[in-house]
Amino acid sequence: MTRIENKFKQLKKQKKKALIVFITAGDPSLKKTQELIYAFEKEGVDLMELGVPFSDPLADGPVIQAASIRSLERGTTLAKILAVVKKARKKSQLPILLMSYLNPILAMGPKKFAQAARSSGVDGVIVPDLPPDEEKDVRELMRKEAVDLVYLLAPTSTQKRRQRIVKASRGFVYYVSLTGVTGVRKSAATDAGKNISAIKKETPLPVCVGFGISDPSQARKMSAVADGVIIGSSLVKALAGHSHLSAESFAKKFVRPFVKAVHA
Amino acid sequence: MPKTRKIDFSRLPDSRGHFGPYGGKYVPETLMTALDELEEAYRTAKSDPKFRKEFSHYLKNFAGRPTPLTEARHFAKTLGVKKVYLKREDLLHTGAHKINNTIGQALLTLRMGKKRVIAETGAGQHGVATATVCALFGIRCDVYMGQEDIERQTLNVFRMKLLGTRVIPVQSGSQTLKDAVNEAIRDWVTNVKDTHYIIGSVIGPHPYPMIVRDFQSVIGKETGAQLKQLGIKSPDYCVACVGGGSNSLGLFSTFLKSRAKLIGVEAAGRGLHTRQHSATLSLGSIGVLHGSKSEVLQDKHGQIQLAHSISAGLDYPGVGPEHAYLKKTGRAEYVSATDDDALLGMKILSRTEGIIPALETAHAFGYLVKHKPRFEAHEVIVVCLSGRGDKDMERVSKVLHL
Repeated sequence: MTRIENKFKQLKKQKKKALIVFITAGDPSLKKTQELIYAFEKEGVDLMELGVPFSDPLADGPVIQAASIRSLERGTTLAKILAVVKKARKKSQLPILLMSYLNPILAMGPKKFAQAARSSGVDGVIVPDLPPDEEKDVRELMRKEAVDLVYLLAPTSTQKRRQRIVKASRGFVYYVSLTGVTGVRKSAATDAGKNISAIKKETPLPVCVGFGISDPSQARKMSAVADGVIIGSSLVKALAGHSHLSAESFAKKFVRPFVKAVHA
Repeated sequence: MPKTRKIDFSRLPDSRGHFGPYGGKYVPETLMTALDELEEAYRTAKSDPKFRKEFSHYLKNFAGRPTPLTEARHFAKTLGVKKVYLKREDLLHTGAHKINNTIGQALLTLRMGKKRVIAETGAGQHGVATATVCALFGIRCDVYMGQEDIERQTLNVFRMKLLGTRVIPVQSGSQTLKDAVNEAIRDWVTNVKDTHYIIGSVIGPHPYPMIVRDFQSVIGKETGAQLKQLGIKSPDYCVACVGGGSNSLGLFSTFLKSRAKLIGVEAAGRGLHTRQHSATLSLGSIGVLHGSKSEVLQDKHGQIQLAHSISAGLDYPGVGPEHAYLKKTGRAEYVSATDDDALLGMKILSRTEGIIPALETAHAFGYLVKHKPRFEAHEVIVVCLSGRGDKDMERVSKVLHL
């Protein structure tokens, strides 16, 4: 059983939903990223997504675009992020997923990447520009290394695609709550509940919801219908504005309200 | 071309949009259904005589097709070859080949019942061609354009505005064509339910490279028929400039089975030894950019590099997947011409033939002039004159001192 599967099993027993937190790796620094892993785990975050910065993040809104640029300017690479996870793994059991566009993975070589992910203690990978229709060998390589490749489902996915995606996905299914890029929205999607229950009919996998969920009250609403809630841009934005805070203080101030909302 | 004889290029892409190892659909899941819908709409339209009639009608009566095949006697003499023919896409309405594709895709937009169109543009030619058909068919239109390109193509920005289109400046990244495509895709992901994205080149996820090629293939088909009337079965060379690669593929697609040698000319910018060029097929490597797998300019970590060219239309670090495949199989050859070569090409064609080509197109002429020893006295060359140079005069006047 992978660390991700194990986490969801535990949560199910405790009748709790998962809080998944996204930050862009290397923003403001890789050292801070490592500290945030520890601080988030201590604060009660269930899973963590580390964004691998890419020059052309076409599924991301302005907040994560800006974080990616800052991170790239500091020289962040996929290899350096893997090294950070490896270091953090010595002290942390928090399930960690990398969220990366496909090209940096192809540049490293999918096989080398899958092996390095496993040996560094990365538990899963999310690739926003990779639908299950492409790169079946990448999927096989990840399975071989027991790294969960999580596929995304959208409100526009047809039933046929839904079936195909849940079948291909491992760890959990990432439901994109609205048509759009990542980013803070005033109000969260309204049809998510209906769509998530339709997905849950097709698969025993946990279904987690992300994109546009930016405050604890939205998170609480979403956690009522999904198995997990993913918070990204709003924390990336907060981090950019409070980079002087220690990882612990940041987690206490900005992450704790989400933990409370989702675990309530 | 004995080694490529076995490949039936006319059957490409395969049903999943692949050209050998290239092509495919690498987009956020939100867009996958829209791509299927577009493919379905296109396949139905293609076999519908009513659609074909309508498309031909607008190509003829609105865009001005067929375009002439002009013999360039003096230019041929300069090169020392038997004949040079110019396929005159520069004479089309709006001044470039881009209108062929935008008419086709606007008709598809109407068939799909979408209310709004978005597009990206570099030099502004595709933006103007999209704004034009949207005005014609009464469709709301927004065009994304890099801030840097807005500044170097002020005339085209004004044309789009006059046609009723909103030009949205893109301030992210390099502020050129690459980032305009990113921004257009982000818009499409958000508004996919009522919006059609008219991509302007043979790039992007399947089915775009196929659709744009097919709509542009009128260039090659007419050229083939016009040559036949002149008693020429196949030219020795077909030459065209390549950015994303739509005018070149429009010409090449007819001649893939012929004996003609196909030459695509990329922009070498300030030189291939510098990092300021757009020669994707010469110096790129396999990767995924803007929804398809092709050759891209990237660093060893898979980050996309900035391209450079004096012509905004070629200033792009990717290239259409079919071109990547034509190169890999050896069916087409890809070469490059620098900014200076292009200016030379523009000057020579203007003075020998009385035709001022667009800076993009000028790369093809620049290459021919610089490499004239490779062409022989008995040979026949067809060049796709993809656009006219009016839009570039302000910029060129600053660097070409006459």
